[in-house]
Amino acid sequence: MKRSVVLHHANLCTLAAVGVLTLAGCGEDPKPAPPPPPPSIEIKIGHVAPLTGGIAHLGKDNENGARMALEEANAANIKIDGKDARFVMLAEDDQADPKVGTTVAQKLIDAKVAGVVGHLNSGTTIPASSVYNGANIPMISGSATNPQLTEQGFKGVFRVMGRDDQQGPAIASYLAANSKPKLVAIIDDATAYGEGLANEVEKYFKGANIRVLPREKGDDKRSDWKAVLTKIKGRNPDAVFYGGMDATGGPLLKQARELNIKAVFSFGDGGCSDKMIELAGTAAEGMLCSQAGLPPAAASKKFLDAYKARFKVDPILYSPFTYDAMQALIAAMKGANSADPAKYLPVMQKLEFNGATGHIAFDEKGDRKDAEMSIFQVKEGKLEPIAIIKNGQTVSFADFMAQANPAPAAAPAAADATQAAQPAKAAPAPDAAKK
Amino acid sequence: MLACGQKAFAAGAIETLMDIFIQQLVNGITLGAVYAVVALGYTMVYGIIQLINFAHGELVMIGAMVAFTLIGVLTPLGVPALPAVLVATLCAMTACALLGYAMERLAYRPLRRAPRLAPLISAIGVSIILQHLALLVWSRNPLAFPQIVKTESFALAGATITNIQIGIIVISVAMMLGLAWLVYRTRLGIAMRATSQNAQMAALLGVDANQVIALTFIIGAALAAVAGVMVGSYYGIAHYTMGSALGLKAFCAAVLGGIGNIPGAMLGGVLLGLVEALGAGYIGDFTDNVFGSNYQDVFAFMVLILVLVFRPSGLLGERVGDRA
Repeated sequence: MKRSVVLHHANLCTLAAVGVLTLAGCGEDPKPAPPPPPPSIEIKIGHVAPLTGGIAHLGKDNENGARMALEEANAANIKIDGKDARFVMLAEDDQADPKVGTTVAQKLIDAKVAGVVGHLNSGTTIPASSVYNGANIPMISGSATNPQLTEQGFKGVFRVMGRDDQQGPAIASYLAANSKPKLVAIIDDATAYGEGLANEVEKYFKGANIRVLPREKGDDKRSDWKAVLTKIKGRNPDAVFYGGMDATGGPLLKQARELNIKAVFSFGDGGCSDKMIELAGTAAEGMLCSQAGLPPAAASKKFLDAYKARFKVDPILYSPFTYDAMQALIAAMKGANSADPAKYLPVMQKLEFNGATGHIAFDEKGDRKDAEMSIFQVKEGKLEPIAIIKNGQTVSFADFMAQANPAPAAAPAAADATQAAQPAKAAPAPDAAKK
Repeated sequence: MLACGQKAFAAGAIETLMDIFIQQLVNGITLGAVYAVVALGYTMVYGIIQLINFAHGELVMIGAMVAFTLIGVLTPLGVPALPAVLVATLCAMTACALLGYAMERLAYRPLRRAPRLAPLISAIGVSIILQHLALLVWSRNPLAFPQIVKTESFALAGATITNIQIGIIVISVAMMLGLAWLVYRTRLGIAMRATSQNAQMAALLGVDANQVIALTFIIGAALAAVAGVMVGSYYGIAHYTMGSALGLKAFCAAVLGGIGNIPGAMLGGVLLGLVEALGAGYIGDFTDNVFGSNYQDVFAFMVLILVLVFRPSGLLGERVGDRA
């Protein structure tokens, strides 16, 4: 009895999927449809992000980015294995819930997708990645930053976003170059995240011959930092880094300014939020913090214009990354002349092209090479991007934006080159221009 | 203490050693004043019915949350800063007093003749219930406690002290004095002390023990509400878990001073605050950074254990072997 119910449910799913395909076929540009002689193949690509719940707006933004890349590929009349390729996106909602994430991952595998773009959260992406890995379906996330994702040894797991552990060196190098501190104090909240980040920062400073005070520690529930801060005040450091979240970092910064500590305060992404500014109040002014990836405004102008024209809104956060993720999947299939994961995966690993977020290539783990890190500063109560760090090079945000402007000229050329399956030659030139 | 620190500081101190030391004293006394006010609630209840009310810390949290909500409602209506804080504090005190009464009536009074463990478990239960109710009402996010009284720093003998810190110390001292007056100089105080010595005997002499016990809970809860508002405005943050750590520290302060003893709670609170601040400030220098500020709490509790080893009933506690 139970078994038949399950089967019935599976049938419904297939029916629903077919329905979606038919609709998609009718609603979009009919151009590839008329010439019947070359047989066409349909390639399904999954996309997963939370479409309900607290960060549903970010999920939809992710989906829009991926959808745009897919539509552009369809408009470009790509041929795979001599047939007209029609890419179809199966968009799923994981509710930012790891349990739902693995369920929809299985659902996509059952629907025989050739690859997946997603998920949004590290917490859902990591468990889902082992489901995809078991079915040999490649997946590429546009926003998961937890290092663990690509440390599992899964061949088919990629991301176009940087990793959390690249943040420490980024914020430390920015501080070292711009505030030129002679003495730095480092505090952490004794959690895996906070201590890990603080260690990376300390390693950088020590390597740069900048003196670091003995580590001060609190915990992730601490609200009284006065004693630790008073001790630090006695040593008069030029800069302070705190590895921890906004809930403890806000009171820390507020109390530091009450004690008249003049040092520059800096934080990782845990303290790089609007909540931080809310909790620290006016004390937040001037603080520095880092985030993996780029602010959407730094994506290529071509992408920004196309997104605005297609969806009538501005990109919110990660859509340039999911756009590039989808482009990467399709480019790899085109390069391998096959939508069979076993055939296009090796191409994907060697892929190089210029996307909306800059030059894209993957290392042996599936992490993006030279991923960007962004440095923010609180100015007039708002987090403003001030610099982009890529490949150890710091570029001010204004310069980065100025350099991104010529990109529309270069980007289509590079994209065409990718589609002609000879990306490696075309790519380095625009990339060099960026530095 | 000072001389030892000096050696470590000698390398590159800009701020003088004395300034830093005074600053740590200011930090410690502020923290200690808050501990003392919360510790009073523990000690009063213990003194009168020998119950450790583990839900007392949650009352501090509820006080902060209620004040948070009210300030959020009043400020947009154009109520000026100081009246808004006063009204919010009064409402928080009322809400906590009601909650304290309900707690006593529903969770402790039915168990008054039960074995000692039953009301203790009941108290832990109340604490968990309150915490989760707060989670449902005020969410799991840290809330930015409105800073409508602007923080101003003043110089004090080389250290800085903010108006909020001065407020906390003044209000705490006033509340402690008020409570001492209530307990030692009024009819209610006499009734409280009589009930605490022997409830049955007091009842025979015409003291309504139930009423006295309920009033003790109400007063303790109102004090907790004020502590909640002070902590909220001092740190600028309110969170549904903020009561548990604070409550535990205050409980230790009460034990340090001698649980059941009102001046003891005040002394214990201030002492614990000072030990914590000086511990975090100097433990690294004493131990050549083998132990850092992460041992701040360890240091504080080591002092507690040492005191209890030599004076099991606390610093000012009477020897009441049959009770403690």
